[in-house]
Amino acid sequence: MNRKLLKKIAAKTGFTVLLAGILLFTVFPFYYAIVTSFKSGSELFDVTWWVSSFNFSNYLSVIGDGSFVGSIWNSVLVSFATVIIAMAFGLTAAYALGRVQFRGRSAVLMIVLGVSMFPQVAVLSGLFEVIRALDLYNNPLALIFSYTIFTLPFTVWILTTFMRQLPKELEEAAIVDGASPMTTLFKVFIPLMWPAMATTGLLAFIAAWNEFLFALTFTLTDDQRTVPVAIALLTGGSQYELPWGNLMAASVIVTVPLVLLVLIFQRRIVSGLTAGAVKG
Amino acid sequence: MAHTTPAPVETAAGGKSPARALPAKRQASRVRRQRLRAAWLFLIPMLVVLAAVAGWPLMRTIWFSFTDASFSNISEYGLVGFENYLVYDNGAWYGVLADPTWWNAVWNTLFFTVVSVGMETVLGLIIALTLNAQFRGRGWVRAATLIPWAVPTIVSAKMWGWMLHDQFGIINEMLLGIGLISEPLNWTANADLSMWAVIMVDVWKTTPFMALLTLAALQMLPSDCYEAAKVDGIHPVRVFFKVTLPLILPALMVAIIFRVLDALRVFDVIYVLTSNSADTMSMSVYARQQLVEFQDVGYGSAASTVLFLVIALLTISYLYLGRKQIGGEA
Repeated sequence: MNRKLLKKIAAKTGFTVLLAGILLFTVFPFYYAIVTSFKSGSELFDVTWWVSSFNFSNYLSVIGDGSFVGSIWNSVLVSFATVIIAMAFGLTAAYALGRVQFRGRSAVLMIVLGVSMFPQVAVLSGLFEVIRALDLYNNPLALIFSYTIFTLPFTVWILTTFMRQLPKELEEAAIVDGASPMTTLFKVFIPLMWPAMATTGLLAFIAAWNEFLFALTFTLTDDQRTVPVAIALLTGGSQYELPWGNLMAASVIVTVPLVLLVLIFQRRIVSGLTAGAVKG
Repeated sequence: MAHTTPAPVETAAGGKSPARALPAKRQASRVRRQRLRAAWLFLIPMLVVLAAVAGWPLMRTIWFSFTDASFSNISEYGLVGFENYLVYDNGAWYGVLADPTWWNAVWNTLFFTVVSVGMETVLGLIIALTLNAQFRGRGWVRAATLIPWAVPTIVSAKMWGWMLHDQFGIINEMLLGIGLISEPLNWTANADLSMWAVIMVDVWKTTPFMALLTLAALQMLPSDCYEAAKVDGIHPVRVFFKVTLPLILPALMVAIIFRVLDALRVFDVIYVLTSNSADTMSMSVYARQQLVEFQDVGYGSAASTVLFLVIALLTISYLYLGRKQIGGEA
């Protein structure tokens, strides 16, 4: 009896320790970035575990830097435009792939899946030539164009999965009423697809917001950059010492909105991620 | 747009229109034809866009790999055949496939892929099993595990770069504090440690993805076989290896393959954490360095093409095996 109780206590303690370990592992680096972002000058060089005083000088200097605010705008513009384009092309395609039986359907799905596996660097020189030809080099529009390569395939893929789960009767009623496929899509499916569209849009937004390789290669000047490139190339007064305080403040600024989105929409994100991968 | 299309169809369904007199079978096939036509109309824009952003650039990259094009002037070039890949000249081999730096990058990429995906799988499994238990605040813990996934790769590389700082980093401080090391380590610059630093960041960033996919698979498992195992008094570890693992293996394999394909093209984390250091250089970093920094589009494209072929080969064999498996089950 006593042994059983001891065993139970041990199991419970072990579980709590495990849980604490997981939480520490996932949250600590971000927490530490926040702690660092409130330090300035020589405070940076003392390791401390919590915020002793809120010093906003790093935030002020990052926000005061016009080019960083500009890159936030570029990121917002690029991410929203990418999501809208992916949705527009993805929804119609997902309707065709999810609701209509036709020859070549699995071939199209394979192409879509194949494109999502492309290493980005494999299209780098080809895309660079296209962007030069369209005269979009060093222009955020080039990024909107190139980001479609990874947002469109997974938008199609996830929306197709969701589209397939909707009951067949819905459409039958529409067909009996003589609605055209376009009407069926807009009047029957899109109103039901809002949750799925929110999920997919969120994933596409995060992917576009975080992209680095294309943004680094296709833009040249500070005012055209997106946030990840701006942070990666942030340098201090001297060549050898990075301004860690500013860097962490900038990191916190661009990450907090994402973390909030994730916390609010965690259920949706999980369902989107699993729909995208498990069905693959 | 939605209002213009229904017009002709309404007559077909309307009261005394001739369409109504058609035999039901013919009308059904008419609807089917209409749907087929619409399906392709809906697909074509998406396929055109994919061809423009993926198909055409890929073909051009392959084409450039047979030329001597340069980044600053990409429109003027001459054909050089396979010279960018491999060429024998004056008693020595040249080209990507003869470059020890390339093979070093290949080795780095493979090492990175195997180690980090392996660690992510094990850690993801542990986290998923923990989150699968019932406890208060589970939703919050699950949300917290999503944080690393949402943090941009560049930001996580910088955050870890600061934590791993050789002089002021908290990791060195911790390790010194518990006496594991006697002097601070230079994580990102030391040839023996920098790859491990990269792996650490990647494991932190992508374990949540693994954990969530594994958790989703765990939650779909039937509970009755567990009850049976409990009644029979079988040890939980044995239950895990005999029941749980085989049941979630297909879903786990999909997640692993996604991660492997992703890890093979790794760029961001390495570029930001250790820049172009040879100790950590991956295939993507190598290709981009040739392409942009050395301005050698031909040579860089050859390296990109080889990377593409490696990933394509893996993807095709995965799809082939996957299809075979599905066929076997049916």
